[in-house]
Amino acid sequence: MLLGRVHGTAVCTLKYPGTEGLKLLVVQPLNKKLEPVGPLQVAADVVQAGVGDLCVMVRSREAALALPDVKFVPIDLALVGIVDELAVTAEDTFELTMQPGWNHFT
Amino acid sequence: MILGKVVGTVVTTISHQDYKHRRLLVVQPLGLPDESPSEDFIALDNTQAGIGDTVLVNREGNGARQALKNPDACVVSVIVGIVDSVYLAETGADPLH
Repeated sequence: MLLGRVHGTAVCTLKYPGTEGLKLLVVQPLNKKLEPVGPLQVAADVVQAGVGDLCVMVRSREAALALPDVKFVPIDLALVGIVDELAVTAEDTFELTMQPGWNHFT
Repeated sequence: MILGKVVGTVVTTISHQDYKHRRLLVVQPLGLPDESPSEDFIALDNTQAGIGDTVLVNREGNGARQALKNPDACVVSVIVGIVDSVYLAETGADPLH
């Protein structure tokens, strides 16, 4: 799952059966520092997000499972949550590499 | 499954039904010193993990659905364990390298 910012809406008049009435949003995938990752993408909206909202998105087969009714549709990105608060620790807070030998974490 | 460090929390009041009553955490995958760091991601917590914990994360939908005991869950990444320690052999000791 990943973060994304809603940049706009996409309107399709001709759609695959099962996706009628679905709201499509143009989103920019983001990393934890809210920096863009890759190009803009189109996501199906099931949480009534709007332009400017920071969202949690799910990719692949599970995006179609997020839809309320028909679960077997060609959807590969869905918005599943609207972020109210994002708290991320500073970059160098934790050691993010493992060394040969024993690595104890607790 | 991958090893990762919990580096943040995500609060969502409006979210999909499958995400209710569990926390969303920001996970940074762990790597070797000579590797470039992998991209961070969001995972659903199934183990009461917190910031700073090293966790085992399932990053596949079918495994996630089994972990959550919901055959239709729209979840890909689920934290399924909190890691105490990891042992890595010396690279030179592996006859395949």
